[in-house]
Amino acid sequence: MDDTVRRGMLRSAMEHRLGWPIVTLALLLALNAAFNPGFLHVEWRDHHLYGSLVDILNRAAPLAVVALGMTIVIATRGIDISVGAVVAIAGAVAAWTIGGSVAGTVTRFPLPVVIVAALGVALLCGLWNGLLVARAGMQPIIATLILMVAGRGIAQLITSGQIITIYYSPYFFFGGGYLLGVPVSILIVALVFVLLYLAITRTALGLFLQAIGINPTAARVAGVQARRLTLGAYAFSGLCAGVAGILISSNVKSADGNNAGLLLELDAILAVTLGGTALTGGRFTLAGSVIGALIIQTLTYLIYSLGVPPEVNLVVKAIVVFAVMMLQSGEFRATVAKFARRPLPDREVRR
Amino acid sequence: MNSGLPTLTQHRKEDTPPRKTSRSRYLPLAATVSLFIAVSVLGSVMYTGFFSPQVFLNLLIDNAFLIVVAVGETFVILSGGIDLSVGSVIALTTMVSAALVEKAGWHPLVVIPLVLAMGTAFGTLMGWLIARFRLQPFIVTLAGMFLARGLCYLISIDSISITDPWYAAVSQIRIPVMSGASLSLGAVIALVVLAAAVFVAHYTPFGRTIYAVGGNPHSALLMGLPVNAATIGAYALSGFCSALGGVLFTFYMLSGYGLHAMGLELDAIASVVIGGTLLTGGVGYVIGTLFGVLLLGIIQTLISFDGSLSSWWTKIAVGALLLVFCLSQRAFGDRGAAKR
Repeated sequence: MDDTVRRGMLRSAMEHRLGWPIVTLALLLALNAAFNPGFLHVEWRDHHLYGSLVDILNRAAPLAVVALGMTIVIATRGIDISVGAVVAIAGAVAAWTIGGSVAGTVTRFPLPVVIVAALGVALLCGLWNGLLVARAGMQPIIATLILMVAGRGIAQLITSGQIITIYYSPYFFFGGGYLLGVPVSILIVALVFVLLYLAITRTALGLFLQAIGINPTAARVAGVQARRLTLGAYAFSGLCAGVAGILISSNVKSADGNNAGLLLELDAILAVTLGGTALTGGRFTLAGSVIGALIIQTLTYLIYSLGVPPEVNLVVKAIVVFAVMMLQSGEFRATVAKFARRPLPDREVRR
Repeated sequence: MNSGLPTLTQHRKEDTPPRKTSRSRYLPLAATVSLFIAVSVLGSVMYTGFFSPQVFLNLLIDNAFLIVVAVGETFVILSGGIDLSVGSVIALTTMVSAALVEKAGWHPLVVIPLVLAMGTAFGTLMGWLIARFRLQPFIVTLAGMFLARGLCYLISIDSISITDPWYAAVSQIRIPVMSGASLSLGAVIALVVLAAAVFVAHYTPFGRTIYAVGGNPHSALLMGLPVNAATIGAYALSGFCSALGGVLFTFYMLSGYGLHAMGLELDAIASVVIGGTLLTGGVGYVIGTLFGVLLLGIIQTLISFDGSLSSWWTKIAVGALLLVFCLSQRAFGDRGAAKR
């Protein structure tokens, strides 16, 4: 009796969408802790939080923001592969509006203008994608492929093909500063997450997005403004990429049109998938995507700390993607079930 | 349209729409070819020395590997899928070739068939995963891309240059075409691959099945066509083409490096789309892909001839071309759908 109850609880925990991602993250954290004795230790040093866990959160911040935007796009059955290029564009715009003055306190435009300009351009990029998908009816992957290719060129156009170093020190606050001892980038991600979460759960927005993802035609017939919401989803993804662009350029104190955010779109899609959102659209989980981003960063941290060349990371990532894909595939589950067939009475009853 | 019960042949004779749609299907291809000619004429008028046979043959020489890769990509896209792994398979091919020839001392004639088999196996595996488990091609080939790049770094982080005299000799081979102009062996191989691909796509059961699967996999299945086998075949072919492209790239660069052909999958996909193949699958021509590659190549040549334009204008131009072609395809596609 007690055993069946416990097993039932375990099963319901695993059937929860966040079950697998949390287990994966916990496993990776445990591995990290096993290899590095001081891994879980967080302390207060130099008036701010200090420790490996804080470091992982901090470094995962840009990816987490992009993954949040990507989640919304994927929920509407789309995909946005231009985010890496938009990150580069936003960073380039920020660097250009700050100007190349070597003195650490001089900027071409005041800081709010810099931020608004970078985010505004990123939002425009997102709107452009959204227009191509929602208005012109292009396939999302090809619509965003256009900006993915052209965007790097635009970013290089803004930076004149060079890596622009940023000297204006107040700008470093976003990617490298601390507020009340907590890294600002973590706070920014938390802010985006909370705002988005409230918008999704406290309004009908989440329901509408799911409806579009599950069946666009039915959603439209039911009165959901599918086009406008799809446009909004891409615009939001662009905006998120802009935030990530500011975080990254402020963290590395430079803007590189060619390499900023390189392959970030793939990591973001991976984070969303790892988090349990299906690429086929519909049901999505914001928390899962953040956990997915943390999984990727923890994995990177583990590989670094093991002393393996970081490039090998790609092989590990590939294996993780394959594993997740197989687990998500109904066909694969059916094949496995065939081999390990056993009666499932309690599941039948619960249905 | 027909009264009474028409026989199949009668029906074909009287029903002209199929021919009409096939004519409108040629439009994107015609647009690409005429754009290529227009850019060539523009370049010839604007810059001295542009209009010479060697400039145009250099397009083939410099883009030989891209032609081969894009041909493979065309089959995958025609079948309704996408292959993001092509660039990294090239890198892996250069890396394995360089490592086996330089470090293990194998003869190139042993290494080349081996890497071709490796690429084909890689593609087959991805195709099998996609067909058997109904996985999304985008994600499977994305994982394949990570895997192949990662494997490069497992072999070596640094670039391995190839000093084998056989490689150097073969890469120097020039085949004279006409007065003073010549082609490299790689370019000739690319043209042979292209001719073979046109034959396979249009005159073999495999090619027709690919078109049918890309048009509508469900009806293809109901027609009794081997859908899964054709899908796996398309990815296997793309894997083979990527490996062959990698071999040509090895001759071109004479080195193996994990960062080789970074982002080449984008060029390949862009060439296929600009060549008039619909990304939704089922519509397009292999020969269009050649002109897609050539168009990208001639834009680069134009920008390098100009000298005042920076290299990033290439990317913006390619993006703009993609936009124009996709928008016009949407327009044609909508009209086609309305007819049906």
